[in-house]
Amino acid sequence: MSSTLDRLVMMANQIGRFFTPQRGGDAVAGIADHLEKFWDPRMKENIVAHWRAGGAGLDGPVREAIGRLKEAKRGAPLEAGR
Amino acid sequence: MSLVHETDYGTPVSKSSEMVTLTIDGQPVTVPAGTSIMRAAMDIGTKVPKLCATDSVDAFGSCRLCLVEIQGRPGTPASCTTPVGAGMVVSTQTERLKQIRKGVMELYISDHPLDCLTCAANGDCELQDMAGAVGLRDVRYGYDGENHTKQEKDESNPYFTFDPSKCIVCSRCVRACEEVQGTFALTIQGRGFDSKVSAGMAEPFVDSECVSCGACVQACPTATLSEKSLIEIGQPEHSVVTTCAYCGVGCSFKAEMRGEELVRMVPYKDGKANRGHSCVKGRFAWGYANHRERILAPMIRETIDQPWREVTWEVAINRVASEFKRLQAKHGRLAIGGITSSRCTNEETYLVQKLVRGGFGNNNVDTCARVCHSPTGYGLRTAFGTSAGTQDFDSVEHTDVVLIIGANPTDAHPVFASRMKKRLRQGAKLIVIDPRRIDMVRMPHIEAQYHLPLRPGTNAAMLNAIAHVIVTEGLVNEKFVRDYCDLDAFEYWASFVAEPQNSPETVGLMTGVSAESIRGAARLYASGRNSAIYYGLGVTEHSQGTTAVMALANLAMATGNLGREGVGVNPLRGQNNVQGSCDMGSFPHELSGYRHISDDATRTMFEKLWGRPLDAEPGLRIPNMFDAAIDGTFKGIYVQGEDILQSDPNTKHVQAALAAMECVVVQDLFLNETANYAHIFLPGSTFLEKDGTFTNAERRINRVRKVMTPKNGMADWEITLAIAKAMGFEMPYSHPSEVMDEIARLTPTFAGVSFDLLDKVGSVQWPCNEKAPLGTPVMHIGGFARGKGNFMITEYVPTDEKVGPRFPLLLTTGRILSQYNVGAQTRRTDNVVWHEEDVLEIHPHDAEERGVRDGDWVKLDSRAGGTTLRARITDRVAPGVVYTTFHHPNTQANVVTTDFSDWATNCPEYKVTAVQVSPSNGPSEWQREYNEQAEHSRRIAKVAAE
Ligand code: SF4
Ligand code: SF4
Ligand code: SF4
Ligand code: FES
Repeated sequence: MSSTLDRLVMMANQIGRFFTPQRGGDAVAGIADHLEKFWDPRMKENIVAHWRAGGAGLDGPVREAIGRLKEAKRGAPLEAGR
Repeated sequence: MSLVHETDYGTPVSKSSEMVTLTIDGQPVTVPAGTSIMRAAMDIGTKVPKLCATDSVDAFGSCRLCLVEIQGRPGTPASCTTPVGAGMVVSTQTERLKQIRKGVMELYISDHPLDCLTCAANGDCELQDMAGAVGLRDVRYGYDGENHTKQEKDESNPYFTFDPSKCIVCSRCVRACEEVQGTFALTIQGRGFDSKVSAGMAEPFVDSECVSCGACVQACPTATLSEKSLIEIGQPEHSVVTTCAYCGVGCSFKAEMRGEELVRMVPYKDGKANRGHSCVKGRFAWGYANHRERILAPMIRETIDQPWREVTWEVAINRVASEFKRLQAKHGRLAIGGITSSRCTNEETYLVQKLVRGGFGNNNVDTCARVCHSPTGYGLRTAFGTSAGTQDFDSVEHTDVVLIIGANPTDAHPVFASRMKKRLRQGAKLIVIDPRRIDMVRMPHIEAQYHLPLRPGTNAAMLNAIAHVIVTEGLVNEKFVRDYCDLDAFEYWASFVAEPQNSPETVGLMTGVSAESIRGAARLYASGRNSAIYYGLGVTEHSQGTTAVMALANLAMATGNLGREGVGVNPLRGQNNVQGSCDMGSFPHELSGYRHISDDATRTMFEKLWGRPLDAEPGLRIPNMFDAAIDGTFKGIYVQGEDILQSDPNTKHVQAALAAMECVVVQDLFLNETANYAHIFLPGSTFLEKDGTFTNAERRINRVRKVMTPKNGMADWEITLAIAKAMGFEMPYSHPSEVMDEIARLTPTFAGVSFDLLDKVGSVQWPCNEKAPLGTPVMHIGGFARGKGNFMITEYVPTDEKVGPRFPLLLTTGRILSQYNVGAQTRRTDNVVWHEEDVLEIHPHDAEERGVRDGDWVKLDSRAGGTTLRARITDRVAPGVVYTTFHHPNTQANVVTTDFSDWATNCPEYKVTAVQVSPSNGPSEWQREYNEQAEHSRRIAKVAAE
C-alpha cells in the first residue's frame, strides 16, 4: 500500500495534468490555487516538506506551484493544528 | 388528522392551450381542448360513475358505466373517451342512463364474491362505491351462474397479492404497467367471459418481468391487487405527505397510518418529482424501520474487541464530548472531524457541519457525496457557475434526443426512468454511452439509436471525440455560443477538440467503439431540437470524473442545449439527499450555498451568527481523513448515517484507518460495518420519525414529515444538538424549521425557503429567493449563473489503473433496482427475494477462457485485494469487462477497488479496477476473517452497565 506522501505526490501531479493544457498558459497559478483551496494544512505542509527535500516525483509545473503556497513561503513548517 | 384524499379526475389532464366551453347538467364549464367529458364534469364536482377510467392512464372505454347523453347526438357515449366540444350540452344523469348503469353493475356483481365485510378493500373499493352510486339493490341473475369466484390467489410477490376472483377485467393495471411504469409485464389473456389478467407468460408475478413498482396496485379499483400490509393491518385512518428516503428522485408519498403504525406508502399525485408514481423501494421497502436488528439504545465500549454495553443517552453523549475534547487537547484542534449523511435531512446535515466548524473549530467535515457526485459540483460550477443540474424532471417531456452516459436509470432512478421511457415511446431518440448494455438500450417499445459500449475509464476521450465531430462538421450553435459563452474560451477549446488525437478514428481505438457510431451519435445529439444529457456515477467515479463533467457541459454549451425546457446537463443523484448535503456546506472547503471557507465576508457572516471564530483553511476530505488517521494526526470521528467501511474504496485501507483512531462515533439505525470499528454507537432515527427536508436531483426541496415517535428516543438532529451542547457549543433550536430559517438567513440561494412556504406550495427548487420566490425549475435562462459559460480543456489522461497480464479484466461496479447502496435498509426487507447476493457479470468468452460456468463461485482479485462471489455469464458486458454490485457486506466488492481518485475532488475511481477472475470453491480467507471480526465486534453485553 502506498504511503500518504506517495499519494499526495500522485494527486498533485494529477492536478497538474489538468491545469497544464488550460488556456492562459498559467498552469502554475491554477495548480497553486487548487491546492490552496482544497488541501488541508497538514497535506500542504507534507507536500511542501517533500518539495523542500527535493520534491522527487513531482512534475515541473507542480513543483513550481508548491513553491508558491503560503506554507512554502513561511519557512519552517508549523506543527500541525496547534 | 384525516386521510389525504386525492381527486381522481378519471382521465389525464390535457396540455392544450386552446379552451373550450360546454354545459354539463346545466352548468357551464371551460376546459382545455382534448379534455374528456368525464374530467370536465369532475372539474365542477360531478362524479360520473366509472370503473375502467382513472386519471393516471389513458381512457379505454370498456366498462360502459360512465355513459352520458349529449344533446343532438344519438346514443349514450362513454364520457371517459369522448372529448369535450364547444357548446356541447351534456347530461350525466337521466332515466335511461340510470337503467343502463344498473344493468352494467348487476352483471359485475353477479360475478363477484360477496365478502365485502371481510374484504381488505372494504371502505376503499370503487366497485362497492359504484354499486352504491348507481343504486344497485338486487341482482336479477343470482350468483349461481358460471363465475370466477373460485380462482386461486397469486401470493408470490412479497408485497402485494393478486386475487383474480375479485377482478373485473377493467385493464387499469395493464395500462398502468404500460403507460406509467413502462414495463409491459401484464396482459389481458383470453376473450369475453374468459378474459383475465396475466403476468408475463401466465407466470407468478414474482417470476415475470414485473419490477414491483406498485403502479398496478395503485390503479386497481378493487381488492384484486392489494398491498399485503393493508390486508394484514386494515384500512388506514390518517395519512401524512412525506418524501422517500431512498434515491435522488425524491418521490412524494402519503404515509397511510393507523395510529403510529404505518399501513402503506402510497405515491402522491401532487408530488412534483414523481407525479403519483413510485418504485419498489419507496413504495414497499420500509420494513427495515421495525427490523429486529435495529439498535434502539446508545452503546459504548473502550476498545473494539470488547462487547458493546448499553448506556443512557446522557452517558453516551458525555462520552463523545469528553473523548473528543481529550483528543483535541492531546493531538491538536485538527485531530477530529465529522461526516454528514446524504440520507439525513438538510437540517441535520447543516447541524453536523455547524458542529464541526463551530464546535470542533476546524473544517474536517465531509459527506458521502465525496464518493459519488463531488465532481459534478466542481465541474458544473466551473462551467456554469452552479453546482447542480440544470433542469427539473418535467423537462424530459420536451426532449427530442436523450443522451444517457454512465447512468442506469431503470435500476437506480426508476421513477424518473419511467418518465424518460414514456418520452422515448413517444418518439424521442436515445444515445446510451455505457460499457454495459443497460436495460434502456433495448426494452419493450424502446431501442437506442446508438449504444457506445466504451471501455471503462475512457469517458473523457469519448466526449472529446463527440465534441470533435460537432466542431469539425459545423454543428456548433454559434449564436448560443456568441450570446452566452466566453468566446475566447470557446475558440481555444474548439481548436483543442479539433486536433487529430480527438478524432473518432483515433479515439475509437482507445474506447473500443467504432468511429462511425461515435460520429453518428454526435450528429444525432447536435441535431436534436432539444437534446438533454443525463449522467450518473459512471461519469463521476473516475480519476477524470470532474474532467468528464466539464466535457459534458462543453457539449451542451457548444450545441446550445441549455437554458430552456427539454435540454440541459442533468446529474442523476444517488442518495435521497446528496444534493442537499452538498448544498448545506458538508464539504470541507465550503459553507452552505457553495461559498469557499476562505472568503472573509461569508465566513464573518457565519461567525457573527454562530458566535464562534471559524478556520479559514479547508479541512480534510474523507480519503484524506483515512490517510491522516493512519499517519496518526487524525484521531476521532463522528459519522452520521454513512457506512464508510462498506461504501468507500479499498476496504483494507479504510479498516486500517478506522482501527488507528481512538474514538469512532457511529450514528446509524443498525450496527453497520463501520460500527465494527466504533467505540460509541448512537442509535439513529428513520425518515418516518422526524421532520425536515430533502433536496432531490432536480434541486427540489421536499418536506419530510414525522409520522411516528422516534423508536430510539431522539431524532438525529436532536442527537447532534446534544453533542454540541456537551462540547460547550449550544445550538438552541426547538424544531428543524428553525434550522431552515437559519439556513435561509445565511444562504442567498435558499433565502426564500421556509417550512411555511413548503407546506403551502408543496416543494420548491433552489435558487428560491427574492428574484425567484417560488423557486427555479430551469436554470441559466438567458445567461449563466457565472456570467459567460466557460469552456475548459478536457484533455484525456488515461487512469493509472491499467490492465496487464496479472489483472487483464476491467471491473466496473453499479447497483440494481431492488437494493439500495450498501443495502443496510433494503437487505432488511423482502427486497432480498430479487437480489440475495452480489454476483459478478462476465462475458461468455472470458468465462470460457477461465473455465467458469454460470453460478460458479469465482475469485475476484485486484492489486488492492480479493473477494469471492458467484458468476453470472452474460453478454450485457463486453469481453474484457466484468461488473458487480456492492449491496452486500459478505461480498465487500470494495475490498477490490483501489484508492485512485478524481484529480479535483478525490472522488474514488470505483468504475475502473484491473482484476483477474478465477474459479474458486467458496468464500476467501479474508472474507472468513472479516466475518469473524464483524461477528465478534457486534456482541452486545447482556447486562446493561453504568
Ligand atoms: S408492479 Fe409495476 S411492474 Fe409489476 S405488474 Fe404492476 S405495474 Fe407492472
Ligand atoms: S386486477 Fe384490478 S385493475 Fe387489473 S383488471 Fe382486475 S380489477 Fe382491473
Ligand atoms: S424512485 Fe427513488 S425516491 Fe422514488 S420511490 Fe424509488 S427509491 Fe424512492
Ligand atoms: S369509465 Fe368510461 S367506459 Fe369505463
